[in-house]
Amino acid sequence: MTPTDRADGSRGVPLPLLVPALIGLAFLIVPLVALLVRAPWRSMPGQLTSADVWQALQLSLLCATAATAVSLVLGVPLAWLLARVEFPGRGLVRALVTLPLVLPPVVGGVALLMALGRNGVVGKWLDTWFGITLPFTTTGVVIAEAFVAMPFLVISVEGTLRAADPRYEEAAATLGASRFTAFRRVTLPLIAPGIAAGAVLAWARALGEFGATITFAGNFPGRTQTMPLAVYLALQSDPEAAIALSLVLLAVSVAVLAGLRDRWMTAR
Amino acid sequence: MTRTVRRNRRSLSAAGAGVAALLALSACSSSDSDSSSTKADSSASDKLSGTVTVFAAASLKESFTTLGKAFEKAHPGTKVTFSFGGSDSLAASITGGAPADVFASASPKTMKIVTDAGDATGTPVTFVRNQLEIATLPGNPGKVASLKDLTNPDLKVVLCDKEVPCGAAAQKALDASSLKLTPVSYEQDVKAALTKVELKEADAAVVYKTDVHAAGDKVEGVEFPESAGAINDYPITLLKGTRNTDAAKAFVALVRSADGQKVLTGAGFLKP
Repeated sequence: MTPTDRADGSRGVPLPLLVPALIGLAFLIVPLVALLVRAPWRSMPGQLTSADVWQALQLSLLCATAATAVSLVLGVPLAWLLARVEFPGRGLVRALVTLPLVLPPVVGGVALLMALGRNGVVGKWLDTWFGITLPFTTTGVVIAEAFVAMPFLVISVEGTLRAADPRYEEAAATLGASRFTAFRRVTLPLIAPGIAAGAVLAWARALGEFGATITFAGNFPGRTQTMPLAVYLALQSDPEAAIALSLVLLAVSVAVLAGLRDRWMTAR
Repeated sequence: MTRTVRRNRRSLSAAGAGVAALLALSACSSSDSDSSSTKADSSASDKLSGTVTVFAAASLKESFTTLGKAFEKAHPGTKVTFSFGGSDSLAASITGGAPADVFASASPKTMKIVTDAGDATGTPVTFVRNQLEIATLPGNPGKVASLKDLTNPDLKVVLCDKEVPCGAAAQKALDASSLKLTPVSYEQDVKAALTKVELKEADAAVVYKTDVHAAGDKVEGVEFPESAGAINDYPITLLKGTRNTDAAKAFVALVRSADGQKVLTGAGFLKP
């Protein structure tokens, strides 16, 4: 550990910083390693090739992707609104948007039930007018996941927008572009890496979503049972299966985050 | 046929009467139960003191809280503290070394985890039983009168997941009557299933009698004969790590006494 063979700027890491940093690292990594250590490697192939697991994984991937799509369609304009338009109560709106980040997901699920449930404030009308009920459906899973995941996208995109120089948009405006055209042709390409980073975060959050999903959408194999739900219920009777399922989820998350991080998240 | 739609009546009065009776009598009134496990009865008139820590299934919350208060009044100087939760996680805590004196579980299967680990003293005894019941919306708009009615595809029915005791019991009842039931959801525990009906998101759920009872007017209970084949036994035992054997024994004796049973049956439990 000679300071000389380090690159500039990282010479001589002070011990009072290094020790807690390493403990912090261990704190985050050890539980994941423990999962690997305790994994039932021998019965793993059998556990993972079962139809139930594939069904749950497929549904997880499908719903997380759909929730990310919903977040993109609604979240990017929302982020733009928060970053570029002055309106009264903007601070409050921004705080409300970030609320699902800190809300316990179960509370989110209860709130969704109160709003969109069959007997909910909005859901009641959806049911009487259109015969649509959202709880216990795959759409319900997507809604629950989008509810907890979209704020990640909004925060990320808003941050990028604030960092992006508005003069490009102003220049476009002086050249006769409407605000929407400027958004499409100038702003969007400018903030694409931020959008991608937000989308990845949202996708990963949606993939791991448990509380809101089980509360709002329930648990039915093939329809609303995503991987996290399958893990939780497997834990009641078959911890080995739960570990195996957890590993799959972990592997998928790591693969996506690692694969996309280098490409998008540091591209700014 | 066996159509026994029953309005839930709050039998708080019954429970109250039970408590009053308990207070009037001292705990030694229960010496009629089997003598092997209730030796403490003879010493119950002796001064009991200290804390009794009871780990009990979540479904026992109401009735055990009542019994705990009665115990403290009957034996001044004692204190009963409870940890209510899922039987599986309680059993895991006990085998993991949690300091508890008494364990009351919602199924023999979870009790076996504790006895297999050698953490119980004596043989666990079944002190109550719990039967399944259908919970429907108030007024029973779906006109549910039997287990078979739940197979109607127009009804949104929730069951407990097969991994948890209430789900296993429901499945047993369905299998026994060769009924195929497709619920909209397999919930993670009995309270979650009941909540979906309370919130009117589901039309019916198969839960325990005691849960229907505890929900009061928010749901309506429908008994079904098939539930007789899927009754859950609740065993209770003294734990090895107890530091307050006499008081713990006295509490178990109280639970098994006629007055204790009155409180429990008042909450919807069946006698063993």
